[in-house]
Amino acid sequence: MELADFLSALKEVRKDQVVVTTMASAREWPNYSDGPLDLNYAPSSMGQGPALGLGIALARPERQVIVLNGDGCTLMNLGVLVTIAGLRPVNLVLFNLENGVYEVTGGQKLAGSGRVGFTGVARSAGWERVYEIKEAEELRRELPGILRGNGPVFINVKLVARPGPSPKPRRPMPETLRMLSEALAAGSAGRQAR
Amino acid sequence: MISPEKLFEQIALCGFTHVVWVPDSATGLLERYLESAPQCHLVRVCREGECFPIAAGLTIGGRKPLVIIQCTGLFECGDALRNVLHDLRLPVFFIVGCRSYEAWKANPNHADTARLYTEPILKAWDIPYVIVENDADAGKIVQAHGEMLATNKTRAVLLAEP
Ligand SMILES: [Mg+2]
Repeated sequence: MELADFLSALKEVRKDQVVVTTMASAREWPNYSDGPLDLNYAPSSMGQGPALGLGIALARPERQVIVLNGDGCTLMNLGVLVTIAGLRPVNLVLFNLENGVYEVTGGQKLAGSGRVGFTGVARSAGWERVYEIKEAEELRRELPGILRGNGPVFINVKLVARPGPSPKPRRPMPETLRMLSEALAAGSAGRQAR
Repeated sequence: MISPEKLFEQIALCGFTHVVWVPDSATGLLERYLESAPQCHLVRVCREGECFPIAAGLTIGGRKPLVIIQCTGLFECGDALRNVLHDLRLPVFFIVGCRSYEAWKANPNHADTARLYTEPILKAWDIPYVIVENDADAGKIVQAHGEMLATNKTRAVLLAEP
């Protein structure tokens, strides 16, 4: 599956979730959605996207948070899978985008590429809802169900490697974060008022 | 070393909603206080680098996190800290247990180098800090937290450990 297939399928089912993107997904996702609830995490600290999403999920349990993490990013901080499983945030969904390479640095192979099994790692870390998706058709069929019900949910998505440039933020990060904070606060106030 | 009772008293006064931490043998004495603190959630993480982006997410979501780590963890989490404090420009209040601080006072040739690099690292990352050596210094914690709120800039607290 191509990254574009994945992102367009996500765009179709995405409602009012926060979407945190990293690396190649942070570069491409603004072409699909670029609103206050889209946190394209660039410049980033590589490997910390899930931790950032976890913090938002803990702060706002009423709001689903979707994190798109590259496989190299996941390997850089595997421990966070255990942290998340221990905390069990029901509103956190983590997609691991597996292509076996560091895309934005030119396509170098990952350590353990082709040998590491991410769904096995997630299960052993304590995640109960774990999926693996290989084909775009399967993704479109399964995605609505994956996003329903309680998390945390880990989905390994197999993608074709397409090395490309690093993500460039469309606006200064402090402004992105201010917009997101305001949207979350407004959403929370709206929910309480209902 | 400040007592856990006094340390927790100061933490409670600051009104944090979440404590994100990796314990060491000194700050680990806080566990029973943190576990039973009403209105404050304990977030246990595997490695210190996770603390700062988690605190960032909590702050974005309108909460008030505190990070507690050891100085060795401070060394580990440099890039995460740099990104949150200086790229994202989100202030984080954090307490760092400075291992071997007291041992170095007693012995200028102490074998554990953990203390030697702690303050230079905080200075290198442009992080203002206060040093809390004992119970008499406890008030510095609430004061530093007040400064962070007033300036919207990160403050760290260095705890003198054995
Ligand atoms: Mg990759």
